Amino acid sequence: MLTIDRLTLQLPYYADGYTAWWKRRWATCLDAFSLTFSPGEVHAVVGASGAGKSLLAYAIMGLLPTPARLNGQLYYQGKPLDASRQRRLRGRELALIPQSLSALDPLVRTQRQVAWAAQRAGQPSAHAWHASQQALTHYQLDARAQQAYAHELSGGMARRVLTAMAHVSQARLVIADEPSVGLDPHQRQRVLGALRELADQGKTVILITHDLRHALPIADHVTIMRGGKLIETAPSSAFQGSGAALTSAYSQALWLALPDNAFATTTISRREQETNVA
Amino acid sequence: MRLIALTIKRLARLALVLLCVALVSYGLMMASPVDPVDAYLGPQMAQVSPEQRALIAQRWGFDQSPAVQFGHWLRQLISGDLGWSHVYNQPVSEVIGQRFQRSIALLGSAWLLSALLGFSLGVVAGAKEGSKLDSIISTYALITASTPAFWLAILAVLLFSVTLGWTPTCCAGPAGVLNQDVTLVTRLHHLLLPIVTLALLGIANITLHTRARMLELMRSEVATHAFAQGASRIDVAWRHGLRHASLPAVTLAFASLGELFGGSILIEQVFTYPGLGQATVAAGLRSDVPLLLGIALFTALFVSIGNMIADSLYAVIDPRIQPGGL
Repeated sequence: MLTIDRLTLQLPYYADGYTAWWKRRWATCLDAFSLTFSPGEVHAVVGASGAGKSLLAYAIMGLLPTPARLNGQLYYQGKPLDASRQRRLRGRELALIPQSLSALDPLVRTQRQVAWAAQRAGQPSAHAWHASQQALTHYQLDARAQQAYAHELSGGMARRVLTAMAHVSQARLVIADEPSVGLDPHQRQRVLGALRELADQGKTVILITHDLRHALPIADHVTIMRGGKLIETAPSSAFQGSGAALTSAYSQALWLALPDNAFATTTISRREQETNVA
Repeated sequence: MRLIALTIKRLARLALVLLCVALVSYGLMMASPVDPVDAYLGPQMAQVSPEQRALIAQRWGFDQSPAVQFGHWLRQLISGDLGWSHVYNQPVSEVIGQRFQRSIALLGSAWLLSALLGFSLGVVAGAKEGSKLDSIISTYALITASTPAFWLAILAVLLFSVTLGWTPTCCAGPAGVLNQDVTLVTRLHHLLLPIVTLALLGIANITLHTRARMLELMRSEVATHAFAQGASRIDVAWRHGLRHASLPAVTLAFASLGELFGGSILIEQVFTYPGLGQATVAAGLRSDVPLLLGIALFTALFVSIGNMIADSLYAVIDPRIQPGGL
């Protein structure tokens, strides 16, 4: 469905300090990143802040800021996914559920925004209006929430509106960027359940999160990222017990650091030292 | 019920503002070297003895304390009597009424033109930052924003009226023709140049502010999300941009009413257009105290109403703003 082949992303920055402050330097945010996503699966991309998860999402969508330097190749359904194809497929085949709730326009009623998403996906306006209502109802948003403004919605409701916007576009690849942040367990279940449901319809769902615990119940595969590099891709069943099925030390350590497991925080540094020695 | 309470609150505030303006402008008049008796007498001043002057002053109540005089004036004001203008030899309310009718044609069309044009230019420029169109509009706006209105007016008269002869050089109608005989087309012909000059003043300001808001929006997460849905720049500017940019535009358009009034004084002077602005200058130069006070109050009323309208419009544009408050 989507194949990422040795993707390298660099962003410019200017060094602070006294030496050569005028010189543009490049920070490598994704480093020879290769990964394949298949239809019908929820693929969790897990990593700490700054691991390059959201940038990966923006690179797939083609929404990177202009000075970014991108190398490597993306393939969508076998064909190269370049900037012009990204522009054509955005909103129709590729959908993004953004991380921040401020992605909702504060001056526009919920249903209208969802209808716009449908229109942007190529549906005629009369149909889009109907589809938006259906999508919102599907995510348990009642008539009052449909006519509400963003600031009148709770965090979980706003999250479900964003999901409805991705749903109504009928995109086959949905990227959800940190969809469970700041939600109570009940709301989180609802939002993650909605993503699982999309995958069960045969769509590809990329779930970007820093919380391994919440991703595991719905994910088929988990990819661990660190510092722009891919550490390991494993089936979610590998994350159990002492994590013996995991091949890399970092993902094992990440698994063991969870409160339900050993809650071991020292393992990361210890194991890293071991690998360095080896 | 809420609406009635709100309206009453607003009106009470308006009355308070007007009272303050009345107090300050009256105080300024008292402190100024303007002597109403001298102004009334004019050139006949030399023929009047000091005793006669004192008699006039006493008759007008100038021997009383300033507070009593102010109270007297205020009472007259509330009963609707603004006094007598000796410059125009008419009641002040009539002078203001006639002059305002002419000024509103100039002010209103210039205001509407600058608001609509300024807003559209700002949206277009802000929709694609750094484009050719953006740099043209920004350059134009920056230049006109730093141009004094009266200077622009003088240049316009020199070029279009004197050199090219396309527009008349002065007044609201041709000289020697009775006011009621002037046709609408002639009136518009005389208004054209003052309107354009005055509008140019307002356009730049609104354009620059609208553009700034648009740039902010185009970089916001709302825009990124829209782009992720496959929206084009035009789509984002049209659907999201118009709403977001209209807030600063509305604020500025209504807040600039006062500025426009100030600008119209200069413009009317340059074009010798017989509006309220010219009357203000005449009243100031010839010490017509009642007329000057009347115009000050009227201007305050006009600008306050503009601000009140802007206040009410906020809630319509942005649902996060609740009407009411203070």
